[in-house]
Amino acid sequence: MDADSKKFSRPKIDGWIFFLVGLIAALIVGWIVFPLVLYSEKSQPLSFSHSSHGPESDAGLECEECHFFYKDGTFSGIPGIRKCMDCHEDPESPLSEDPEEVKLFTDYVGPEKEIPWLIYSRQPDCVYFPHIAHVKMANIECKVCHGDFATRKTPPIYKVNRLTRYSIDIWGRNIAGYKKNTWDKMKMDDCADCHKRKGKENNNACFVCHK
Amino acid sequence: MKKEKYTKGNKYGMVIDLDKCIGCGICTIACASENNVSVLYDESDKTRNITWLQIYMVTNGKEFPETEVVYIPRPCMQCDNPPCVPVCPATATRKDPNTRIVSQIYTRCIGCRYCMAACPYHARYFNWFDPLFPEGMDRYLSPEVSPRMRGVVEKCTFCHHRLMRAKAKAYAEGRRDLKEDEYIPACVQACPTKAITFGDLNKPKHKVSKLIKSPYAFRLLERLNTEPKVYYMSTKNWVRRMADNYLEGEFK
Repeated sequence: MDADSKKFSRPKIDGWIFFLVGLIAALIVGWIVFPLVLYSEKSQPLSFSHSSHGPESDAGLECEECHFFYKDGTFSGIPGIRKCMDCHEDPESPLSEDPEEVKLFTDYVGPEKEIPWLIYSRQPDCVYFPHIAHVKMANIECKVCHGDFATRKTPPIYKVNRLTRYSIDIWGRNIAGYKKNTWDKMKMDDCADCHKRKGKENNNACFVCHK
Repeated sequence: MKKEKYTKGNKYGMVIDLDKCIGCGICTIACASENNVSVLYDESDKTRNITWLQIYMVTNGKEFPETEVVYIPRPCMQCDNPPCVPVCPATATRKDPNTRIVSQIYTRCIGCRYCMAACPYHARYFNWFDPLFPEGMDRYLSPEVSPRMRGVVEKCTFCHHRLMRAKAKAYAEGRRDLKEDEYIPACVQACPTKAITFGDLNKPKHKVSKLIKSPYAFRLLERLNTEPKVYYMSTKNWVRRMADNYLEGEFK
């Protein structure tokens, strides 16, 4: 090597620093900033407390009283305002001193308007999920897929993906797709994994869960 | 290709009695409204419109006193050896191992239309446009059937959602087996002359299993070995001959 080319060669260490800084910045953007930006947060119209309605509370309702099956096997899902009005019927005699109940009376029971709940487990339109096959025939508990809602005091914050409009509970709270509990994710692979574990591989055919 | 063998499960099939069919087209209307089939701006464009169940009219080609006309309703044949399945590069279509209905997953379909080229019955349709429903008609859409988007292929599914509905009802009553008349597609239900019979070909007691043993029973293009599960019945010889598309002088 002659003297001229030595004069123009750059010290190697500088390049590595720029590369590392860039890499770390990109990783932070990709793994932390992007997931934060991707989801917008919404709160439920009413802060419904499962724990003050459930079997161990004063109300002492069984899960099936609100989340029941119809005779034709379809699932009622989230109960309508009429179901609430079975108990919360008279604004003059509220069942508690909770301001949320006042809100229930003034906003929904009075005008008999349905509460626009945000559904954490809302699946895409092409998915068919029969609750009865899982709850009645396979004896799977609600919390296996939904998490332990029955003991919650307040509903979790509803996070919706700005691009797909699906709830974060479908993709999972972990952006890498890693899950600790069975209820962390609700994607097709999670359905398929569970079917496989339970030896129901035939139920992984397309036309079992798609419509 | 290794041939899959299914000994268990259901084998849903259909028998259409062409002597009873009057070609009224109610089955096609029932099918379209049941399955949220969209409407084109110009529905007279027969190269673009979507008819899961199409009625073909055939005649024996003779002069007036001997003229005979037969209508052939053609749903998807739900072949037991479906030519459309192995050609799909996206695995969007598959023969269901439990029911042997050929499934089509619209969200998985990439719209290459290989399956349409492969299907000898022209039972598959491509969505050339975004679905369009005239004002007010969207209120009649069935929530049980997913509407399709532009650029995917769709086809008859034997009203698969009705099977799901029947199963859910059976589960609610604590059964796993369905009764014969619990699951029938919309076209079968709508047919005014009861020309279409539906049932499980794996169950010898079902009416369809008895009907297909009739000497008048045949299938379309049987010699292609696609093993359709839609059978036809006709007492007319020329209809049965026409169904297999024999060349002139080939049929003995």
